[in-house]
Amino acid sequence: MSQPVESVSKGRVLVVDDDASLAEMLTIVLRQEGFDSLVCDRGDRAMAAFHEYRPDLVLLDLMLPGLDGIDVCKEIRSESGVPIVMLTAKSDTIDVVLGLESGADDYIVKPFKPKELVARVRARVRRLDPPGNDTLSIGDVQIDVAGHSVTRGGRAVNLTPLEFDLLVCLARKPWQVFTREILLEQVWGYRHQADTRLVNVHVQRLRSKIEHDPENPEVVITVRGVGYKAGTS
Amino acid sequence: MSGRTLPAAVRRGLTLWRRSIQARVVLSTVVLSALVLIGVGWFLLQQTRDGLLDHRVSAVVAEANEETRSARLALEGALGTDLDASTQRTELVNPIIERGAVRGFSVALMKPGPEQSGGTSIFSPGLDLASIPDSLREHFVDHTTTARTFTQINAGGAHPESVPGVVVGSTIRLPADGSVYTLYYLFPLDEEQETLNLVTRSLATAAGVLLVLVAGLTWLVTRQVVTPVRMAREVAERLAAGQLQERLRVRGEDDLARLATSFNQMASNLQRQIRQLEELSRVQRRFVSDVSHELRTPLTTVRMASDVIHDAKQGLDPVTARAAELLQTELDRFETLLTDLLEISRFDAGAAVLDPEDVNLVDVVHRVVESSRLLADQRGSTLIVRAPDEPCLAEADVRRVERIVRNLVGNAIDHAESGDVLIIVAHDDQAASVAVRDYGVGLAPGESAMVFNRFWRADPARARSTGGTGLGLSIALEDAHLHGGWLQAWGRPGEGSQFRLTLPRHLGQTLRHSPIPLVPTDAEEKV
Repeated sequence: MSQPVESVSKGRVLVVDDDASLAEMLTIVLRQEGFDSLVCDRGDRAMAAFHEYRPDLVLLDLMLPGLDGIDVCKEIRSESGVPIVMLTAKSDTIDVVLGLESGADDYIVKPFKPKELVARVRARVRRLDPPGNDTLSIGDVQIDVAGHSVTRGGRAVNLTPLEFDLLVCLARKPWQVFTREILLEQVWGYRHQADTRLVNVHVQRLRSKIEHDPENPEVVITVRGVGYKAGTS
Repeated sequence: MSGRTLPAAVRRGLTLWRRSIQARVVLSTVVLSALVLIGVGWFLLQQTRDGLLDHRVSAVVAEANEETRSARLALEGALGTDLDASTQRTELVNPIIERGAVRGFSVALMKPGPEQSGGTSIFSPGLDLASIPDSLREHFVDHTTTARTFTQINAGGAHPESVPGVVVGSTIRLPADGSVYTLYYLFPLDEEQETLNLVTRSLATAAGVLLVLVAGLTWLVTRQVVTPVRMAREVAERLAAGQLQERLRVRGEDDLARLATSFNQMASNLQRQIRQLEELSRVQRRFVSDVSHELRTPLTTVRMASDVIHDAKQGLDPVTARAAELLQTELDRFETLLTDLLEISRFDAGAAVLDPEDVNLVDVVHRVVESSRLLADQRGSTLIVRAPDEPCLAEADVRRVERIVRNLVGNAIDHAESGDVLIIVAHDDQAASVAVRDYGVGLAPGESAMVFNRFWRADPARARSTGGTGLGLSIALEDAHLHGGWLQAWGRPGEGSQFRLTLPRHLGQTLRHSPIPLVPTDAEEKV
């Protein structure tokens, strides 16, 4: 099923979905767009497939036999920062937030248009590599942009690429307050129809990793009614 | 002013009176008992006093008569001329005065009529002659019979203050000067007064003790009734607050116990009903969620397949290409319908929740107009917004409000028949409102209530041109109700229609009026 010519492939996508037709359809659409893909139809086999396939992105259904999509997401997150896009049939706030909190970078609600899916997959796979090889800092957090590493007080902090991008985006312009819409555009690469809950949840996750006290954030500060900015000091 | 500056104690007392049956019953019982006791006591005192006085007065009169008789006897025995009048008077009266001093009465000998100058009066030492009332003296001007009256006696000496007493007067003729004199005997009634005082004090004490007893008894008796009622009230309040497992304790078999039993039965029934409803609602929500998932997954596949075919339609023959196009548009409609249905079932299940914030309706209207402009242009309609410069704020769920306005505007464009669509925004300190006016076919009488029915069509024969699902206005109405707001329609055949959304400024406030009239001003004169 994977394309033989490796150089053409824009990336490898692991599709974890128990619905065979949808999985095949996803494969077709992804192949049209130049993505390689592998289908896994059970939650409890997802990790094995992940290890074997080493994908650049995971498309993960929430309802899976064997192991729930949320748990699969947590397991992948525990060992890798690879982008995860959740496929969900539920647009209720609780389900979406639960999915994002378990580590997904983004979600897409069924039924979706193929173009929408492709746009999101592209945005996540072709990460806008921040130009410049400089070192940024917010407070005692040091960001090595070229090396993709973050340290706080000398200790390395493990961030997913998305969280890293979010932090770099804020750190580059510490004087600016970013609205959620601007962050969605600059970090996620969306222009329209985006869900600002994405930003809220990822800011929470980022804080839980880099703040000393996530309840009283010093690195990523909320500006009430506007958005977020990098902490001073 | 007095109403506002009532002392706190009085206000507390009034509150207690209003709110406590016990206080009311105790107080009214005490007041009534006090009235009865005062009446009975007054009657008893009257009886005692009359009895005492009658007894004493008859004794007094007898004694006075006896004295007068012996005085007359003494005068008759005396010679008419051997003494002058003053000596005779002294000799006559002094023994009586002495006896009076021993037995406790005072004596006075006077000429009848008002007091004259010249010392013809002889009286007990220290006696104030004013103690003999003038009326009695007047009496002896014309009469010679014995008379008596009550008075205040100021006898001086042993009785320095005036005490109640009885005066008995009788006339004697003095042989020395042949004139008529009156002998007054003044008997103090202080012993009777003391007896009466004692009786009064005893009665008052007894009444006081009785009142306290009555108050205590009433308090105890009402407490027996009021305490269970109060407990029932507390339990009812807790039930109302959602603590459905609360029950009353049933003790004994009396009326209160039966009340408690019925109350508990009612609570159990309520609890069961509520549990059932909760269970139903949970099942419904679960079902909606499952249907959602089960329908959406295949729809996604179909949708993607259709897109792939649609993208490749250049390579297809015209018939298949058209089929692909139809498939595409109908899938869009199907998707919208599914979304709307799920939304409606969410309302039905009571699972719809608000995500409120301060929403500026002017912004919402401009966003909706922006996104609907393309559709309006296709239909040849112009969207006109009439909004104030300042923001029209309402505490609302922006997603839902935008959906309502989008529905209203879309609906108006559908029925405007290429006419203008006017969108009015207004607010006051209570409410914010959006009205959408079109000048199209309008609504027949009675239809303005039916437009919000699910899948309702003004004219079943009329083709549905714009893929509306028929649920848009129903959802909009549910959305408005979720905010505690109004969504109302006005319409007249040939004159178009107006849909008005009114939202309270703050969630939970009750709407009383809308800043925009439901019947548009340009249609009023034809009423």
